[in-house]
Amino acid sequence: MADTAAYGTAPAGLALPETKGASALHRAIFIALAVALAVLPFIPVIGYPFFLMKVLCFALFACAFNLMLGYGGLLSFGHAAYFGLASYVSAYTAKHWGLTPELSILLGTASGAALGFVFGSLAIRRQGIYFAMITLALAQMVFFFSLQTPRFTGGEDGIQAVPRNNLFGLIPVGSDLAMYYLVATVFIVGVLLIYRVIHSPFGQVLKAIRDNEPRAISLGYRVNQYKLTVFVLSASLAGLAGATKAIAVQLASLTDVAWQMSGEVVLMTLVGGMGTVFGPIVGAAVIISMQNFLSGLGAWVTVVQGLIFVVCVLLFREGIVGVISKALRRPL
Amino acid sequence: MFELLGVPPQALFGQLLLGLINGSFYAILSLGLAVIFGLLNIINFTHGAQYMMGAFVAWMLLNWLGLGYWWALVLAPIIAGVTGVVIERLFLARLYHLDHLYGLLLTFGLGLIIEGLFRNQFGSSGLPYQIPAELRGGQNLGFMFMPNYRGWVVVASVVVCLATWFIIEKTKLGSYLRAATENPALTEAFGINVPLLITLTYGFGVGLAAFAGVLAAPIYSVNPTMGANIIIVVFAVVVIGGMGSILGAIVTGFGLGIIEGLTKVFYPEASATVIFIIMAIVLLVKPAGLFGRTA
Repeated sequence: MADTAAYGTAPAGLALPETKGASALHRAIFIALAVALAVLPFIPVIGYPFFLMKVLCFALFACAFNLMLGYGGLLSFGHAAYFGLASYVSAYTAKHWGLTPELSILLGTASGAALGFVFGSLAIRRQGIYFAMITLALAQMVFFFSLQTPRFTGGEDGIQAVPRNNLFGLIPVGSDLAMYYLVATVFIVGVLLIYRVIHSPFGQVLKAIRDNEPRAISLGYRVNQYKLTVFVLSASLAGLAGATKAIAVQLASLTDVAWQMSGEVVLMTLVGGMGTVFGPIVGAAVIISMQNFLSGLGAWVTVVQGLIFVVCVLLFREGIVGVISKALRRPL
Repeated sequence: MFELLGVPPQALFGQLLLGLINGSFYAILSLGLAVIFGLLNIINFTHGAQYMMGAFVAWMLLNWLGLGYWWALVLAPIIAGVTGVVIERLFLARLYHLDHLYGLLLTFGLGLIIEGLFRNQFGSSGLPYQIPAELRGGQNLGFMFMPNYRGWVVVASVVVCLATWFIIEKTKLGSYLRAATENPALTEAFGINVPLLITLTYGFGVGLAAFAGVLAAPIYSVNPTMGANIIIVVFAVVVIGGMGSILGAIVTGFGLGIIEGLTKVFYPEASATVIFIIMAIVLLVKPAGLFGRTA
């Protein structure tokens, strides 16, 4: 009973129909976003490239997560595993093998994809809240693995002082500003890819499965293949975000694989608006800024995060972008 | 000195006992989750925080009011249970018509709040809680030394688990509960107050978690993260056992505790992950869990 009921109601993603006008609007937003990213480092107060890089990496992470939750209806509570493992792989290969950034990021992404395939194959065997618990428990395996292999992960210290080698062996990205533009490029490419997936026939089937799985099955779709594919895609992109973060912030640590991180990415998506294209970006910006500016409050940050969770679930299920989208009557 | 499977018997039985004790906590906690899930269809993510609360309430009763362990064993579950009733009425009751994932997210948020508040109040280093005078010392069983308190924990949790099983499976109240799980609308038509039943069930499940917390207080140091650490393992236990059955929660809880203990003897590196590995294997073979009904 529980399992079918879980799919009876779609998550608070929007049911607004896609129109020609909507895609023109989306194109305009993407262009505005690209322009904003180009000039942001030169704007005082918020224009710290270091801070912006962090926001962009987490925004990509949240978008990857949202691809699964908002469009696939699959609540993974273990996305830190792909993010964290990829950040270790990328940090390790950059530091100990001296690989160039694009190669170590690629390897990190690949490790996220491989892990996503293994965990996804196991997790899609159950649905709804079981699925969430299984992804969480599997992710915890990765955490313990990271804790117990200090030779690879640096244990409690993590991998510090990750070098920013020359891009393609030629272009120096040592400065925060140069690195920022690399991160911004990765981010835009990642988000455009997600946008393309959502609006492809594959994405349409995915939404059909989210809204009514038994019906999708009866229409002849191989639901499990679709679920596994979106799982692997989402894990790869989470890996891309983690790998890029490790090079940009020059650190991979246990925080990246801890289950609290999985919770944070859920929070970002929820705040921004699950099932919207731009929601997770806004959500990540809000949550990371909050952590940045409230960091003096210590454990109160946890309390504030918990409160936001409760408020979002009780009163604000559509999230920031979801509310705006409803007001505009356009899917965002 | 003889050896068993290449391991000194003291070490083997010592770890077995430790495993049995961890198993006791897994069993009570997964039982509480199963009871709550049965009627509310919500995975109570706050369960770990509520277990931690039980331990802290015991500490507060002792240090602030001078009430000892035995008082705590009775009062802490009641106090936590009352907070559970408030939580259910204020928050959870508004979510039943929505997708279940909102219940999970809400309880996750509540868990963060409770954990953060306790960390602000008590710091994260942990506080000591003395073993009650009556249960100090231990027994020499010939092949090993068994501290009295640890024996008590195992006995107490077996009794509580069996009592819960008895109430749910064998009493009239339990039959109402099971009826409400199967078909709330029909049960309500028979004049049974299902919302009240749901509220009390949540309170009871929270009480179970707090009871485990009081039992744990003298063994582990009382600290704000103790719930966060154990709850993920308990989730794995729940997946392995299958949420369908009360007995499943109890049997898998104890069983996995023992397996974890044995792993610590023979292959310590894997002891933290063995439960998750078993979970993966069980999922491959029996996706509904060992005792679960097929979904």
